[in-house]
Amino acid sequence: MKKWIPWLVLAFFATDIVAILLPRKEPSFHYQEFGRIPVLLNGRLQPFDSVGRNALLQIRGTASVPLEEKKSYEFWKHPEKLRATHWLLEVMLKPEQADTRPIFLIHHPDLINELNLAGKGKEKSGLFYFTFNELTNSIGVIEKEGVQVNRVDPQTRTPYQKQVAKLYNALTLYKRLKNSYQPEATQDFARDLADFRAATPAGITAVKAREQKQDYDRAAFNKYIGYLGQYDFMARFAYPLIVPPTDPVKNPEGWQNMGQVLVSAGLHGGDLPPAVAHYTAIASAYRADKPDEFNAAVATFKEWIEKEMPRKAAKGRAEFFYNNLQAFLHAMIIYLCAFLLGCFSWFNWSDVLRRSAFYITILAWVVHTAGLVFRMALEGRPPVTNLYSSAVFIGWAAVLLGLILEYIYRDGIGVVTASAVGAVTQLIAHNLALGGDTMEMLRAVLDTNFWLATHVITITLGYAATFVAGFLAMVFILRGLLTTTLSKTTAQSLNRMVYGIICFATLFSFIGTVLGGIWADQSWGRFWGWDPKENGALIIVLWNGIILHARWGGLIRDRGLMNLAIFGNIVTVFSWFGVNMLGIGLHSYGFMDAAFKWIMFFNATQLGLIALGLIPLRYWRSFREDGPQEAAKSRGASPRKPQPATT
Amino acid sequence: MHLDRLIKFFCSLRLTVVLLALGLILVFWGTLAQVKLGLYQAQDLFFRSVFIYWSPEGSNLKIPIFPGGYLVGTTLLINLLAAHFQRFEMSRKKVGLFLIHAGLILLLIGQLLTDLLAQESSLHLREGETRNYTEADSKVELAVIDVTEPDLDTVVAIPHTLLRTEATLDHDKLPFAVHVRRFFPNSTVTDRPKDSMAPLPASQGFGTQLLVEERPTVTAMDQRNVPSAILEFTDDGKSLGSWLVSGYFNRNQQFTHEGRTYEVALRRTRLYKPFSLQLLDFRHDVYPGTEIPKNFSSRIRLMHPETGEDREVLIYMNNPLRYAGETYYQASFDTDNEGTILQVVRNPSWLAPYFACILVSIGLTLQFMSHMFGFVKKRRIA
Repeated sequence: MKKWIPWLVLAFFATDIVAILLPRKEPSFHYQEFGRIPVLLNGRLQPFDSVGRNALLQIRGTASVPLEEKKSYEFWKHPEKLRATHWLLEVMLKPEQADTRPIFLIHHPDLINELNLAGKGKEKSGLFYFTFNELTNSIGVIEKEGVQVNRVDPQTRTPYQKQVAKLYNALTLYKRLKNSYQPEATQDFARDLADFRAATPAGITAVKAREQKQDYDRAAFNKYIGYLGQYDFMARFAYPLIVPPTDPVKNPEGWQNMGQVLVSAGLHGGDLPPAVAHYTAIASAYRADKPDEFNAAVATFKEWIEKEMPRKAAKGRAEFFYNNLQAFLHAMIIYLCAFLLGCFSWFNWSDVLRRSAFYITILAWVVHTAGLVFRMALEGRPPVTNLYSSAVFIGWAAVLLGLILEYIYRDGIGVVTASAVGAVTQLIAHNLALGGDTMEMLRAVLDTNFWLATHVITITLGYAATFVAGFLAMVFILRGLLTTTLSKTTAQSLNRMVYGIICFATLFSFIGTVLGGIWADQSWGRFWGWDPKENGALIIVLWNGIILHARWGGLIRDRGLMNLAIFGNIVTVFSWFGVNMLGIGLHSYGFMDAAFKWIMFFNATQLGLIALGLIPLRYWRSFREDGPQEAAKSRGASPRKPQPATT
Repeated sequence: MHLDRLIKFFCSLRLTVVLLALGLILVFWGTLAQVKLGLYQAQDLFFRSVFIYWSPEGSNLKIPIFPGGYLVGTTLLINLLAAHFQRFEMSRKKVGLFLIHAGLILLLIGQLLTDLLAQESSLHLREGETRNYTEADSKVELAVIDVTEPDLDTVVAIPHTLLRTEATLDHDKLPFAVHVRRFFPNSTVTDRPKDSMAPLPASQGFGTQLLVEERPTVTAMDQRNVPSAILEFTDDGKSLGSWLVSGYFNRNQQFTHEGRTYEVALRRTRLYKPFSLQLLDFRHDVYPGTEIPKNFSSRIRLMHPETGEDREVLIYMNNPLRYAGETYYQASFDTDNEGTILQVVRNPSWLAPYFACILVSIGLTLQFMSHMFGFVKKRRIA
């Protein structure tokens, strides 16, 4: 029986993953079908679903809108929620409904008071979400302050100013989305557009007559100009470019927003692109609450896209699938479970728990890998292109290293390291994704797959290895000091693991740094320019060099090695994030400020661990005179010795 | 006996660890300092120095408090070389280590040479324009040009170092002496209001309608110092008048003396080449529907009369032109997208890091492999 438990655990988690892959049924409106339609935004093709998801992340900090609030500890209850595409459709086509959704996140008490919002809004875990309707009275104030704050250097903004800027930007984005598909107050887009088309010739004649100071048809003029004014407003405010080029073969990049298309047709006459008729049919059916008509209109539009631009349609479908897979989120949840199982396995020496943790970590890693590969295929790029993807990739590489260690030593240390680093890095990635689109186009100097695939990958592998070494060292100190589970053999194998991983880290961070220098020589004309990011990489190399030489020179032993390895975490975090926070230099493309206090907190914990590592051995619970082996024996259990690989 | 101890000291691993630690602190400190000082000044203070000095407020004392980049780097180099000759023997086991450290030595020497020999300048070309010189980044020269002959200009260029000392210059080719009365390393020049009571900066030329003011020098990467100077020309002690020259002026000022016409200008130091470059086309591509730059590229015609070369080259991001020992990079552009700025680097030791990288990579891989095989073997036996 015991033999089967780990497999059962694995099967349980695997079923969960399979459940995500199964198609979701939609009885009424086919939102998912609409969500797959490709549009152009931020210079790249993406489905409506991504537009909605990234906008919602920027405004609300979540990828969907919960319709009922559950307490955060009630994680087993799945509240009804509005998915990104559904929300986006509401914003674009039923704004009066969208205005009642609690999406605007404000957490600064001063701002809540200033806008007279106290007592309003939905609260969850101390965060307050407000609807657009609740903010309508304050829009003037927010705009005034927002414009002022945007003139202040982002680095010197106070928390209050940051909150104002965030709210102002969220409102602007919301307004732009509202004007991306049809004018905000439209009841029946198809009918309005037909009316506008019919009024256009008379309108143009009236405008010309008026210019020549002749008598003109006032009614025709007003109608025409009224529509044109609305569409012109859209042309200036629309967010995604939703109208595909009329001739996708000759002019693949000729995407336009709805307003531009309508204004140009209004001014010069001429045919509308075929997509417009599809869009108006969808809009009118949606507003009239006719699911069958809506579904049919979406289906015909998708057929048309499929026929005219099959590759773009495929891109939309693929990214929709990727968005809803949420591979990294699911991997993170499994890593967390594996971490708990792995830790427990040390206390009762249960191989069942250890093996369960090992198997599900492998499963999580496979899901992680699938997400990574899918992302690479979508972007057509190597895995690391920005700070977000570096977190995803560092986690991936660290888990792989941990799994290899577990395969060799089979003592639970590798799997705990793998799952812990995996979970933490995915959590970091999740938070970095709140900035919006994580697949943004790369600025000119970064637009080179060769260097992204060589320099960036090697340097990130170096980061990952340094973190793994640091985590192993943490295991050594915590287990040795606080528990009796660290036997001499485990201590020795940990020592060998840390040493080996640091050698690996040195290899990759050195080669990565030099490759970076060579890239810099190619693009900025110098191999080394003492730029902060370059210095950060150099510091990691120097630090690993120090550890290795100190060990060879006999300056440090077990605990020294562990303490230095833990400090390696601080060094790596500085290079990875800290440098970007200085906000200077050629590499400051990944600027972020909210993370500062987290980094300081992390550094404090690491220094604390080093302090613990400095406590004299006689106070450690392991390695006492009788030794944990004897102590364990007397309780009737024996620590498993590391076993050789059975290959 | 003493020599033995000295050799032992320079070979020791302990020294290596100490030097690496000092280097780490130095790099960290120098990085943080960039926030306040800017890249160039921090670089000079921390990395291109023997010591980092500290001056107590209100005194001229300079107390060395920390070793600078040159000191740490050179000592590390000595340490490496000494250890190399003393300790490493060529054996199958040690060949990896040998290669790693040989590569590091090459890297350090290469960077030292780059530091000493590299020369940076830039080339600004408008579309259609041809030039046979580049301009130094942070150095200016005072050019006094005899333009009397229609087809021959005689140029006397007074270098930055002399301008800075506000010296008096007597040149054989000039019939008058040049006095640098004031030199402003960074300055602003403004129109002089009609009712201004401020003294005239100069008695001749543009200076009669302008005001000049000294500015603190800037060090941030995206800012540039624009120098100005006030000059006086004298012939046998008799003043010919004073002139204001400035990096802001894009026209030269003319004057005549004893029937000859001269032009005077303060301009960035020119480095002439035996070949010339013409900008045919500059492109600034963006991703559709955005302002995000996708690519910057300059199509250049390269003409070298001596070798008879006349060809077109395309310089774009991550793809520089390497020619005649110099490298031309796409660095910047004019806001109207009709002009390009190329950064030009002459660095005789540019290949050193490439070889160093190869050596160290091979060495590290060998070393890593031998560790790994040893480890696997041991486990097999166990």
